[in-house]
Amino acid sequence: MYSHGSESLIKQAREIQDSELQKFYSRLVKLLQGKELGYEMVDSLQRLHLILSANKYIRTLPPELQKRLQSLLSSPAEQFQVLSSAVLRETLPPAAHSGNYSQENIVQLNGHAAALLLSQAGSRADVSSLCTQLLRGLESRQSEGPTNSLTHTLPILNTILTHNPECLTEDHVTLLSKKLVDWLRYASILQGGGASSGGFFTGPRSRQPVPIAELDGTVSGDFFTVLCVGQSFTEDQWMNVFSFSALRHWLLTYHSVSNGNGTADTAHRLQLSLSLSHSHSFSNDDRSEVDGSVVSMVSATSSSSRLLPPKERLREKSFQYCQRLIEQSDRKAHKKSDADLQKACLVEAVCILDCVCEEDASLVFRAFPCIKALFGRLSSDLSFARVLLPIAQFYLNHGEMAAVDCGSVWALVFGRFPSELFNDPFLAHELLRFLRLNLESLQLRVPQYTHSFPNLLKFLAWDSPAVVDDFVDLLPSLVTAGTAVELLHTLLDLPCLSATLVLQVRSTCLPISEQSGRGLLSLDAFRSPSFRGLFLFLLRGEAGSGDTIDRLSTLHELLVETADWPRVVQCAQIVPVLLHIFFNTVITVADEKLLAHLILVMLERSSLLLNIPKYNKEIHRVFSSHLLRLCKLHPSLVMDQSHELLEFSGATANVYSKEEIYTHVVWVLGEYLSVSCDSRCSVTLITSCFEALEAVLFEITSSVPPPGADCPAPRVVTTLMSALAKLASRSHDLIPRVSLFLSKLRTVTRGGSVAWCSDEEDLVAIVTRGEELWSLLKAPGVAQSVLTPPAHVTTPQWHRDTNVALPLRLRTLTNLTHSH
Amino acid sequence: MVRCFLIHTVCPVNALGAGESRVLYCRVFGPDESLFTDQEREFSPEERRVLQREQTAVVARQVHSAASLSRGAAGRLLMEALPGEEALALQEADSGVLRLRAGDPFPEEMSALWLGVQSLGFTLVCEPHENLLLAEGTLRTLTRHCLEHLHLLGPGSEVLLRSDRIDALLSRLLPHGQLLFLNHRFAHSLEKEVAAYMTK
Repeated sequence: MYSHGSESLIKQAREIQDSELQKFYSRLVKLLQGKELGYEMVDSLQRLHLILSANKYIRTLPPELQKRLQSLLSSPAEQFQVLSSAVLRETLPPAAHSGNYSQENIVQLNGHAAALLLSQAGSRADVSSLCTQLLRGLESRQSEGPTNSLTHTLPILNTILTHNPECLTEDHVTLLSKKLVDWLRYASILQGGGASSGGFFTGPRSRQPVPIAELDGTVSGDFFTVLCVGQSFTEDQWMNVFSFSALRHWLLTYHSVSNGNGTADTAHRLQLSLSLSHSHSFSNDDRSEVDGSVVSMVSATSSSSRLLPPKERLREKSFQYCQRLIEQSDRKAHKKSDADLQKACLVEAVCILDCVCEEDASLVFRAFPCIKALFGRLSSDLSFARVLLPIAQFYLNHGEMAAVDCGSVWALVFGRFPSELFNDPFLAHELLRFLRLNLESLQLRVPQYTHSFPNLLKFLAWDSPAVVDDFVDLLPSLVTAGTAVELLHTLLDLPCLSATLVLQVRSTCLPISEQSGRGLLSLDAFRSPSFRGLFLFLLRGEAGSGDTIDRLSTLHELLVETADWPRVVQCAQIVPVLLHIFFNTVITVADEKLLAHLILVMLERSSLLLNIPKYNKEIHRVFSSHLLRLCKLHPSLVMDQSHELLEFSGATANVYSKEEIYTHVVWVLGEYLSVSCDSRCSVTLITSCFEALEAVLFEITSSVPPPGADCPAPRVVTTLMSALAKLASRSHDLIPRVSLFLSKLRTVTRGGSVAWCSDEEDLVAIVTRGEELWSLLKAPGVAQSVLTPPAHVTTPQWHRDTNVALPLRLRTLTNLTHSH
Repeated sequence: MVRCFLIHTVCPVNALGAGESRVLYCRVFGPDESLFTDQEREFSPEERRVLQREQTAVVARQVHSAASLSRGAAGRLLMEALPGEEALALQEADSGVLRLRAGDPFPEEMSALWLGVQSLGFTLVCEPHENLLLAEGTLRTLTRHCLEHLHLLGPGSEVLLRSDRIDALLSRLLPHGQLLFLNHRFAHSLEKEVAAYMTK
């Protein structure tokens, strides 16, 4: 597919010498002068395009060549239009830039030349003038002007409006609204002419007009829409397609024009509704006069809309069009591509109905029965899931107003969709986008939202790289005090969920009788009834049935072979990020009791994680940093969890298996286990903590590390020493014990290398720290103020302290110097 | 509206670094968006072009990464389809959608739909509120036509030298970036015009 040949072509195009290029230019000019538009010309233009586009820096063509290419834009042969447009797009616009715009009228240009003009627009003013020209071109009757320019008008307008809706005036809005109404509602319902392709025997019968048909073959009984078919199409039928394609965007955009005129519209409408007896039409070129004879199911039920102002009329006609589309989508299309189009039309129709109901709340009561029926029709069919999302948006926006029960909608969105369609990337993207955009409403109106995280996280567990970005935005809203602990457990076990989902998918693909002989023990376990409960817990849809399971270690063992599966590895990589977000959010909603519980969870889970390479280390790192942060914010947490923290720090094995966390636990104990942090702290507690740490320090500095473990990092040893010193400074009886240990340490290390420290520099650093602490502890009072500083030292507030505030000092100095 | 359509590599390219993607075709629709964002200074046309190129390069890179990860996770072997088996190649293609945050690289948030057919990726960058069902269908149709008319399953380099064919295709099926609701009759009519162009 992508070959070495392509690569070398690009290289040649980039590295072409200037002299060769100039020769090529002059050859091309000669060809263009010759007016022989043949194969050599096409080939040369294609090569020129490659040369120009191969570089990201723009080239300037010689003026003669540029001029000739400009004239080629209006060539009758389309290939030259396309080629010249493509080439000129890659070059600088001509110097007489503004001249280009005043001369050309975009309406007269073909589609390719128009695209060039648009891409070369140099300023907002240019774009606005293009917009005005296009709209002026629309005003003239359809019979004038080239036919293809009309079909391109709407797309170009649409793209200009995306960026620059301010270039529309009120008149423009009126004009375009009227045109859209005509095209949408009053397009011809007969098949396009030209069916009689010549022939001598074209009698009157062959010229009989054939009506358009529906997608299932039946004859159409109502106005033309995008879901109607015929052998060939008339121009206004094409405009019907283009109009509907641009409709939603138009309805969303013209708001920015009509801001000032809102009240004028309602007043007008009121006046008109009072004068219903008058039957004057609103404008001369309004085709609704000829409407009468058409059998129309949808329009028969609508109110007399001829009297509405243009924008309201467009809204009404859009409403009818969408209702018709919804009806038409129920028909069984013969071709698959049409069935897909029906789905896309349903999405668009519901979105447009949502849009018009936003603008005119009275339409909600007319729209809801239709939407509700549609929901009823589609809710049990998961292949229509992507259509049900816009319906959910409609319910969210207007459900309250119509006092409709939305429970079944949310059961789908938060229940069935995540649990059964987690592997559909497009549904995942759209559902998560729906959540992101409506977060505030959902939190208000959907009470089960915050309990639905086990289901929602399935999207993340299945395809982490694609949706992690959405979860970075969504996760904070899922952190509540009531579910925080369960959420933490779920996040830590996300790789397990990932593995389980893979197993679930595989299980449905492989027949049950087949022996998963290739060592897929996990698949056997997934299918075995004795372990079913474990997996079912992971696959649960709602929070609230328990924080986690007892047999978590069993689960991890069963899944040990999944640790190198790509989805599991990808998932493990994003868990630390989510944990950071979780902790950053939870401190804003949790009370101290909950935070203490979370510390407990951190300590427990630090040894209870699925064994994926680097996963444990990363999680420990996250835990450590947040443990530190939590304790700094609420130092009394250390007191609350002193028992567990002591137990953790007293187990020597933790030094080797969980070094990072161990170091931080010891540090927080040393720092915050004091009376100044929490008045409940007693001398007994300090002593028991001291003894626990002392024992560990003795052990690790007197023996070889256990087989398979590395020597403890110097940081662990120095942290232990510092913690002991800090505790001793608070209970002076302990000072002699520390001093004894530190002097012993100095003696032992003077003898040379030791079994527990491999690096000489590290050993020197440890010993130096030991000496510093030893000398500090010789003066207990000093030691206390250095190692357990009072609060005002650690959190200076110089600017608030009246004794040292700068302004005060300055004032004093000024007064002193200006004492005369 | 569709902001741009790209054809780029989703396989490793020797001349480029790891993860880099070679953009083989790029068409941006509409006026340059930098005209409308509030900036301290106006960009010159050269600067605007460089900016546009860099934006599309970023998109290509991100899609390349997404496609690689998706293929790795699915664990399927990449099968080589031969010329003539375009429908099969399309059926076997990986697909997905990427969220491009505001500022990375476009000023507003965008959605990038992609189809990975063997070593090439076909990407449509649309505004997020766009009808993604329709966009997905349009992307598949565009890809099918590109595979057929540019003989992409063979070893040639027509995507570079015959990019006017893609321009003509886009002007019918995605005029100025507008997605169209085309039933099979409308589509047939347009495809006839496209086929007529291709035979020239």
